[in-house]
Amino acid sequence: MIEGLAALYIFMLAGFTGYEIISRVPVILHTPLMSGSNFVHGIVLVGAMFALGIAETPVEQFIGFVAVLLGAGNAVGGYVVTERMLEMFKSSNKKEGEG
Amino acid sequence: MMTMEFLIQGSYFVAAMLFILGLKQMSSPVTARRGIVWAGAGMVLATLVTFAVPEVIDSEHAVTNIVLIIVAIAIGGGYAWVTGKKVAMTDMPQMIAMYNGMGGGAAATIAAVELLKATREAQLDPTGTITIADRLGSDVTILAILGAIIGTISFSGSIIAWAKLDGRLNRNTLLPAQHIINAMVAVTTIGFAVAIYFSNDLAPIIAFFGLALVLGVFITVPVGGADMPVIISLFNALTGLAVGFEGYVLGNAAMIIAGIVVGSAGSLLTHLMAKAMNRSVSNVFFAGVGTGAAAAADGEQGEMKEIQSQDAGILMAFASQVIIIPGYGMAVAQAQHKIWELTQLLNERGVTVKFAIHPVAGRMPGHMNVLLAEAGVPYDMIYDMEDINADFKNTTVALVIGANDVVNPSAKSDASSPLFGMPILDAIKSENVIVVKRGRGTGFSGVENPLFFADNTKMLFGDGQKAANELIVSVKELG
Repeated sequence: MIEGLAALYIFMLAGFTGYEIISRVPVILHTPLMSGSNFVHGIVLVGAMFALGIAETPVEQFIGFVAVLLGAGNAVGGYVVTERMLEMFKSSNKKEGEG
Repeated sequence: MMTMEFLIQGSYFVAAMLFILGLKQMSSPVTARRGIVWAGAGMVLATLVTFAVPEVIDSEHAVTNIVLIIVAIAIGGGYAWVTGKKVAMTDMPQMIAMYNGMGGGAAATIAAVELLKATREAQLDPTGTITIADRLGSDVTILAILGAIIGTISFSGSIIAWAKLDGRLNRNTLLPAQHIINAMVAVTTIGFAVAIYFSNDLAPIIAFFGLALVLGVFITVPVGGADMPVIISLFNALTGLAVGFEGYVLGNAAMIIAGIVVGSAGSLLTHLMAKAMNRSVSNVFFAGVGTGAAAAADGEQGEMKEIQSQDAGILMAFASQVIIIPGYGMAVAQAQHKIWELTQLLNERGVTVKFAIHPVAGRMPGHMNVLLAEAGVPYDMIYDMEDINADFKNTTVALVIGANDVVNPSAKSDASSPLFGMPILDAIKSENVIVVKRGRGTGFSGVENPLFFADNTKMLFGDGQKAANELIVSVKELG
């Protein structure tokens, strides 16, 4: 369990990390990166699995089921879409000598 | 069991690291593809070890719950897999909105489970004086509720954004005095949030989630279509934040780190996008473009001069430099492949062709880059606004295809224009401007565009794909 100040440190450091990652991104990658970060918060799936895993009443199980369903949609959909977008960047090392 | 716990927490740690490294690699075109694979590996690892979490395995209903988990993953993941594989590149923005909304909904439902559980446990206390906050602790309760409201708004708001982008919802108004009603709903929602904290009742929890859902709808419906990229990006950041908060509630470090990284990265991205449109984020929510001020914009007009595709093709074939400015119209017409074919033909004739991308062209930042990449345009032919604006004066033909507001010179000259102050592509400075446009109407923002009436502008009316096709034919005819 992460508590109190330790969590605050994590919040702060993670906040700076996210800021750093975005601040040096070319516009060309904004959509894939938004899509990629959309995939990364699909980690909510793990929390949903945990919530359903420890559910004790039918109501909790039902809501937990919805949580896992939505979380899995976020993770899988985010991955597929991002992967498809980035797929298109593969053949782009051909230099055209523009300038 | 100690080693198991260590293994699980260690795996979450590795997953969080893979997410950060993956995102870092996604920030460069060269390593971007590797980035998503790394992040994906982290996700698989984190998901698999969760099946081994002691609390889950030792739970009273372990078998039922684990079966339910697998079924839910199969349904949710299967749905997303199929839709994600099938969706056309042009419809990407709304699918991202949809998946993002699902993430927000998941964070909100996690909070709902935790709050219901705490309520049930608090009610078991014979004195009846135990509140939810007593059960969970004040820090966990506050973050659970915060994550719940943010996640719920992101959920219903994203669905509205999806419906709007998908053309299923076209209205921008729901109720009169929407902003005042929104403020009232928001205050009431917060009131119920406080009630949850100090009670052990079910009623405030239900009312709270219901109102938060409504609030997400009310906030998003009035947002103009041109502002959709900002909204999607904002909801993406909000979902990240909600996930981070619920991660604290569950004591899961991977969720906290991944959620907060996305929350801050998404906030910065939202800010950059809003800045590129010269709008503040609050402005996006509280003043829709195209209402009020836009109506006042006078119809200072002239004559639109039409050009036939043969003439346009000749103009481009004998140009020294052509700059192509794509917009959402190109996406709708699926014209990017034809445009690339045209580009190659012009290249063969020795014409320099460049693509100029406005930061907010299309429905998402970088939307046009993705479409051009799909067609096979190498990314070193694609230029950002700052890098190319000085180049328009050396350009024979600026070909505007399906773009409108991002080349509207009134953003520079007309202080009464709703677009005033937004940086634009200086297409008007090139020798000739050819605008491919379906009809004579105004752009997404509903603002008249003086570029279309300029002396050096010629209009090529027609659908983007058809026009591009005709241009190809006419260039080919020249041999």
